[in-house]
Amino acid sequence: MRVPDYENPDLHDPTAPDTFDRREFLQRLGGGIIIIVTLSDPAAWAARAGGGGGRSYPEDFNAYLRIGEDGRVACFTGKIEMGQGPITSLAQMLADELDVTMDVVDMVMGDTDRCPWDMGTFGSMTTRFFGPPLRAAGAEARRVLMELASESLKVPVENLATRNGVVYEKGREKNQVSYGQLAKGKTIERRLKVKPETKSVAEFQIIGKSYTRTDALEKVTGRAKFAGDLREEGMLYARLLRPPAHGAKLKSADTSDAEKIEGVKVVRDGDMIAVLHPLPDMAQKALEAIKAEFDVPAPRVNDKTIFDHLVKNAGQGKPVRQGGNLAEGEKLAKTLVEATYLNSYVAHAPMEPHTALARMDGDKITVWASTQTPFPLKSQIASALKMPEGNVRVLTPFVGGGFGGKSANQQAIEAARLAKLTGRPVQVAWSRQEEFFYDTFRPAAVVKIKSGLEPSGKIVLWDYNVYFAGSRGADQFYAIPHHRTLATGEWRGEGGPHPFATGAWRAPGNNTNTFARECHMDIMAAKAGMDPIEFRLKNLEDPKIIRVLKAAAEKFGWKPAKSPSGRGFGVAVGMDSGTWVAHIAEVEVNRETGAVRVKRVVCAQDMGLVINPQGAIIQMEGCIMMGLGYALTEEIHFEGGRVLDTDFGTYVIPRFSWLPKIETMLVGANEPPAQGGGEPAIICMGAVIANAIYDAVGARLFQLPMTPERVKAALAAQPVG
Amino acid sequence: MDKITFTLNGKPVTLTTDGNRMLQWVLRTDLGLTGTKYGCGVGLCGACTVLVDRKMTRACVTPVKNVAGKNVLTIEGLAADGKLHPLQEAFARHDAFQCGFCTPGMIMSAAALLMENPKATREDIIAHMDGNLCRCGAHTRILDAIEDAAKTWKGETRP
Ligand code: FES
Ligand code: FES
Repeated sequence: MRVPDYENPDLHDPTAPDTFDRREFLQRLGGGIIIIVTLSDPAAWAARAGGGGGRSYPEDFNAYLRIGEDGRVACFTGKIEMGQGPITSLAQMLADELDVTMDVVDMVMGDTDRCPWDMGTFGSMTTRFFGPPLRAAGAEARRVLMELASESLKVPVENLATRNGVVYEKGREKNQVSYGQLAKGKTIERRLKVKPETKSVAEFQIIGKSYTRTDALEKVTGRAKFAGDLREEGMLYARLLRPPAHGAKLKSADTSDAEKIEGVKVVRDGDMIAVLHPLPDMAQKALEAIKAEFDVPAPRVNDKTIFDHLVKNAGQGKPVRQGGNLAEGEKLAKTLVEATYLNSYVAHAPMEPHTALARMDGDKITVWASTQTPFPLKSQIASALKMPEGNVRVLTPFVGGGFGGKSANQQAIEAARLAKLTGRPVQVAWSRQEEFFYDTFRPAAVVKIKSGLEPSGKIVLWDYNVYFAGSRGADQFYAIPHHRTLATGEWRGEGGPHPFATGAWRAPGNNTNTFARECHMDIMAAKAGMDPIEFRLKNLEDPKIIRVLKAAAEKFGWKPAKSPSGRGFGVAVGMDSGTWVAHIAEVEVNRETGAVRVKRVVCAQDMGLVINPQGAIIQMEGCIMMGLGYALTEEIHFEGGRVLDTDFGTYVIPRFSWLPKIETMLVGANEPPAQGGGEPAIICMGAVIANAIYDAVGARLFQLPMTPERVKAALAAQPVG
Repeated sequence: MDKITFTLNGKPVTLTTDGNRMLQWVLRTDLGLTGTKYGCGVGLCGACTVLVDRKMTRACVTPVKNVAGKNVLTIEGLAADGKLHPLQEAFARHDAFQCGFCTPGMIMSAAALLMENPKATREDIIAHMDGNLCRCGAHTRILDAIEDAAKTWKGETRP
């Protein structure tokens, strides 16, 4: 695959129609065979993804395939590659249906001029929602090619077959013509009306097989271009004056010393003060030379008081699901269990900080951005610069990690504004400190649960209220007759009771909800005097969840025992993006220091049809490793709007020395449809470790992260015995 | 302004610049070698790792004057004669990355280790690599790749 070949040629030719004109668009793509892909259910897609600023997918513009005269296949998609692997898995789906080899597929991703509108890359939706129409398009393209070949080879379509980019006559393989030859000099536009036959699982050649990443060569040689690696003639690097705290107001700024530095340009525009220089470190020097004073509002809340503050300001809960009658459940219950679970703000901390480059050409602007949402960014820039959307082009180079955090696009709007104000290409690359300051954190949240058990270990009551994490993953899946689940308070956006912006963080809401629910299950299992897996199986009915739980137990070699058994084994199950996961972990707890070492994690995952098993497993490994962070160390320290963490010295993320033995397995991998894979395996990490800690030492942790101090406090409060 | 000469990926370079500027920016901006990444700027993530006289060096906290007269090797110089370095090959073969942003720094850190200790064990590798952060969680495969490369490569490379 040769991504840059498609990225580079017209970087300097930002042309964009005012409205998305289909004829013009097709002309721009040049000759060859073009297949228009239609999403099976765009309305449902838009609803699932939470709107999209009132926009929905143009009915028939979701991706385009082009088969060129050289036989290469281009796939245009608004999705982006940030490490989760669609550059490979989307290519696999297309190549399989089209009967071409992987190496002739070129992915063109996240270019708003050449790819059709897309809401953004998040929510583990790429394979689930984009995959089926893409495969259908591949199948249709193959049919078109066979019809063309039928004319040129003078053989009826039924007698033709395809392989490796060639149509041939069955039984007379020498009578053949390549896709490239068929595409020569033709522009054929076909719209998918009826759903063409896609391959069945048994017919797959490429889907379901492991492929190493097609972007490997660029990434191991340092040639892969991220937004900060792009250079433009006359480009300036900008550093912006930042407030010391969210909510602070600028009182005065003296830029005279900065201006004295040779080559520095100072820009003031409304609320923005920026210094620009052809060298990034000189721009930084100029920034440090600005003398600024801010009015900082007195802090109302900090990382300790935040939870009370949230509950006080929560307002009315919205029902997620309810059934039976809570009062009835309470009457049936022999044992009531009430608990409150907390988690702090967590940063995305992608290794690549937010970066963007913007260049004006007359009244048009081109922006290269590290973003998960190139199309929404295009609209944001148009409105910030008061220019028609058609004059804005956004290109997405490789993105160095997103995890939900690269959707707000502030840095790209800053670069665009500065490019317009200076008339020069401008790069804005956030420092790590800015990255921590402007992150849209995973919200701090509170979950309150009251549940009831019969003496048999059957759960009869479940009264659940989650504050500020949102409802994803809140809807419990145990067979409980009397239950109510409420979600209270906004989990994303600015304003409200959070002292800074919050947003989607890998499996948003589900980490909080699964932590609370699965810890609570363990507490009940202990009260019922039952093995935690046995207890769950007793209260579960869904065959898929039962299957993954049993698969994980078998792989782990689970021997039933009542917790705390002293072994340090924990279990948790959950569901996200249509995918079921079961985790079992083994930990070691140092009673002196409170330090927790996770030694082993087994994860079984049922994500339906698996496109690239190795890619799926890599995502699971990544989820488990990343999840250790929010479970054990990651929390934002703050005092009012002041974010106290500025680097990886105090905000500690997982490292090589933490690596547990990770064992993964895919369950039901041949069973369509395909479900999400980038997020599910992270959701259990809080609970599985909390439950393992309890099993090891009998101390119950109710708050994430489970820092040594909290472990020690829990040990002191709950001695073994 | 200082005049600074050093060897970069096997070739001599001379620059006239403020010698207190960090090597990271000189490489990325003045010399156009963008494989050396910025991840933190304070020596806490390893994204900017290069080799200076075969030693693992964080370019973000290394003033360029400190490399005067020395041999600097960046990710761009690792593949010699158009052939991938065994570490690069192993990273590709093991899918030892996700977003790939940490990858150049990972490979350069690993190269420093194997040059010094071609027989590095998994424990040695973990200890040496602990300052290189990967947010995507590619750790298992990165370790596998380094172990694998250690088998085929005996530590010889320029400079
Ligand atoms: S950028 Fe140098 S160690 Fe992080
Ligand atoms: S692969 Fe993304 S940070 Fe390591």
